[in-house]
Amino acid sequence: MYEQKMQPHKLPQQLPFQARVFNKMIKSNLLKKPIINATIGLSMGFSILSLAVINFTPTPAAANEPVVNLYSYRQPFLIKPLLDEFTKQTTIKVNVVFAKKGMLEKIRAAGNNNPADAVLTTDIGRLNALSQAGVLKPVRSKILEANIPANLRQKDGLWFALTTRARVVFASVDRVKPGEITTLADLASPKAKGRLCLRSGKHAYNIALIASVIANDGQQAAEKWLRGLKSNLARKPQGNDRAQAKAIYQGQCDIALANTYYMGKMITEKKKTEQNDWAKSIRVQFLDQNGRGQHVNISGAAVTKTAKHGEQAIKLLEFLSGKKAQSIYAAENFEYPVNPSVKPSKLVQSWGDFKADSIAIEEIAKYRAAASKLVDKVGFNDGPSS
Amino acid sequence: MSSSLPHQTSSPETGRWFGLCSSNIKSYLRKNVFNGWALGTWVLAALVATPIIAVIALAFAPSEDIWPHLASTVLWKYISTTLLLMTGVGFGTVVIGTATAWLVTMCRFPGQKIFNWALLLPLAVPAYVLAFVITDQLEYAGLLQTALRAIFEWNSPKDYWFPEIRSLGGAITVMTLVLYPYVYLLARAAFLEQSVCALEVSRTLGHGPWSSFYKIALPLARPAIVVGVTLALMETLNDFGTVDFFAVNTFTAGIYDVWLNMNSRSGAAQLSTVLLLFVLVLIGLERAHRHGRKFHHTTTKFQELPSYLLQGARAWAAFIFCLIPVLLGFILPAAVLLNYASIYYQDTLDANYVTIVGNSLGLAGISAVISVTIGLFMAYGVRISRTPLIKIAARFASIGYAIPGAILAVGVMIPLGAVDQGLSNLFIDTFGFTSSLVLGSTVFAVIFAYSVRFLALSFGTLEASLGKITNNMDGAARTLGLTAGQTLKRVHFPLVRGSLLTAGLLVFVDVMKELPLTLILRPFNFDTLATFVYQYASDELLEESALGALTIVAAGIIPVILLTWRIVQTRTVRAPTEMQMKPNP
Repeated sequence: MYEQKMQPHKLPQQLPFQARVFNKMIKSNLLKKPIINATIGLSMGFSILSLAVINFTPTPAAANEPVVNLYSYRQPFLIKPLLDEFTKQTTIKVNVVFAKKGMLEKIRAAGNNNPADAVLTTDIGRLNALSQAGVLKPVRSKILEANIPANLRQKDGLWFALTTRARVVFASVDRVKPGEITTLADLASPKAKGRLCLRSGKHAYNIALIASVIANDGQQAAEKWLRGLKSNLARKPQGNDRAQAKAIYQGQCDIALANTYYMGKMITEKKKTEQNDWAKSIRVQFLDQNGRGQHVNISGAAVTKTAKHGEQAIKLLEFLSGKKAQSIYAAENFEYPVNPSVKPSKLVQSWGDFKADSIAIEEIAKYRAAASKLVDKVGFNDGPSS
Repeated sequence: MSSSLPHQTSSPETGRWFGLCSSNIKSYLRKNVFNGWALGTWVLAALVATPIIAVIALAFAPSEDIWPHLASTVLWKYISTTLLLMTGVGFGTVVIGTATAWLVTMCRFPGQKIFNWALLLPLAVPAYVLAFVITDQLEYAGLLQTALRAIFEWNSPKDYWFPEIRSLGGAITVMTLVLYPYVYLLARAAFLEQSVCALEVSRTLGHGPWSSFYKIALPLARPAIVVGVTLALMETLNDFGTVDFFAVNTFTAGIYDVWLNMNSRSGAAQLSTVLLLFVLVLIGLERAHRHGRKFHHTTTKFQELPSYLLQGARAWAAFIFCLIPVLLGFILPAAVLLNYASIYYQDTLDANYVTIVGNSLGLAGISAVISVTIGLFMAYGVRISRTPLIKIAARFASIGYAIPGAILAVGVMIPLGAVDQGLSNLFIDTFGFTSSLVLGSTVFAVIFAYSVRFLALSFGTLEASLGKITNNMDGAARTLGLTAGQTLKRVHFPLVRGSLLTAGLLVFVDVMKELPLTLILRPFNFDTLATFVYQYASDELLEESALGALTIVAAGIIPVILLTWRIVQTRTVRAPTEMQMKPNP
């Protein structure tokens, strides 16, 4: 072959070397066009084909189909037993997307095309944001009204609480005397100095708690209280509620604020048995029992304004507030059922009854932004040192 | 239109003038607008930039002014924390990435062949997984400290000092460990492609190996290292999972707080816009500092790279220096995940594991092909275009990588939702029934979002790669009668083929790990490995989904092996003249 005998330095010198390289490449086997073309063609073809296959697999759209399309802020593994039971009873299928952010924006951006019929959330803040954005439909249902006490549903039927959760004190059995810490004020008092652990002040659960203090005691008192809380921290706010229990067990701190159901989960944990020990080192203490009562938050559900399967969505809500579902909530998730005819699980009952703060839950939601700003102002998340 | 202009003129004077003018306009339009490449690049840039523009537009929506509150409380903290985080991660990735790349390319020491590819492995580990594992092992209640307390009979945290794991330092460590492979990958490719001549000249002129590295190799590899560290820093900026886990208050954490706790969508968009401006300024500064210097090779003489044989203490030092990032960034998390997975595999297997893996692989593969196609088209369009405007447009479009994922998701759903509503109105008007959802809440939306987010990876890699090819090549090809398209196919394509693979595989690995966009934009009953892992990881229950996380890591190893193979190929592909000089046997 010509180019195999040819030495590069023997090429005419007046040609720029790039042209020589180019000449070489044109002739070289690097540029086997069929291979390149086939590669491009195959990959493009593959991608278009797969796109078509994935994108046009049947999606639930028709209005008369027995389905509910659900946007869930709750993890699928938590709600799956409930939804399976619902489908078994009613033959209505439930399609789910789980996400913790952006659902409101998704409903809004889709406008009339919004595919979600119902929304399932934790924390009053999200329900409130949805209702304020005007994407919820008022629901009137005899069943819902019978199952859920009036203070746990929005008065126009925009949303309904399905469970309540108490944010209580986890106190070290060994290092905290009974009766030593019994109020939110105690947590901010000098006797808790250097003994308190907490998850981030910006977490929705803590924001709601701080908002409830603002709603009850006013902005100034709340700021003083939060500063006290901050000065009592044993470490920078971090981890989830379970991590606070671990820290108490390990002796890093003596008291923490946490939701009760974490206690239930740690006690009954089968595989991570070390969590049983964490739970054993902790006592559940309800707060402000001689005052305004224990702060509670809710998980709830709502039907969207543009729901295509509104009837089925209401059925789902009715089911979730009914005896069967409420018992599952109580037994599997250790939350407090809203339905008065269903008792909390035996384990939860063993921590005793408590008086809940009677303030309207919507009132708390109003102060969430103020609470978040207060956390900034106090520099709560910077921890005890600053 | 313009072609009819000369015929309308009466006098020859004006006719010539018009003709001249119109032909100028025509040639301008042909070169910059109607030219397929330029037009295509404009259209693609506009499409990809739509979500970014949507976010910026959202910032101008009337809303409560959040700035006085932020400025008087946490804004400076957000800014200083973010700058410290970026400085730390930038420094860490450059040092580890460049030094290890140099060691494995230029030196011989025990394990060098293995480190060659093993150093890429941490790329496959999602940052939040590493954060979880490292915290689990090192925090107060973790294995190490518990053991220390048992040995030294300490009882409480007051008895001894140990660095706080959930801290800025922890976040810098974790992000450096998972992001240095970007720098390593690109620096190594640059070192492999370097001309030995420059190094030899430097050595003849009396520079030692260290001095040659600093004065010659490092400056020549600068564009590649900059691309790598830019990607690493953009990923640092958009991260929420890791900083949230480490309780570090970065700018991005602030964006989510304003959005979700203060319920101000446009406030969050305003903060995001500031973040974008910051990134644009950084990129602009770096470009300005280069003073338009070009970095393509002036010679095509490629020889075997020399390799310095390291011995004794030096060999051990090199070995340990390369081992530490692999050990902490890959072996540790993989081992911990494997351990968890051996206990908790059942839940994962029960949950349609095969479908979920299929979804992840399918999405990653499709997105890689699409991203690389768009990236190559745009990089080439920018290269052959004469107006700098198009370059700015392309750069702007590829900035989506720096926007926090959930915010970008909002930016994606706004235009898609609008198109869907327009379509369904049109359908109702013309056919009497609604078209329902065509784009939003479909896999299309997810893939579109990936294309927006990961354009920086494909466009950046390919632009850098095309930049190394001298313009004389284009000139020669075009003089010899090839069209722009033929030139791309016959000249550039073979030369950047390796980089195409690199870009594709980077996108593939990143899509496998991607969480916020997938989570928010996916359709009903559709899970990927990342979203499946998240439902547990969001409550710090990584153990339960360890098999899923392990699969993400494992799926990332395949591209890593391909990448290694391609790096080794680079030098042979790059030296066509030498190959042909060998006489026939």
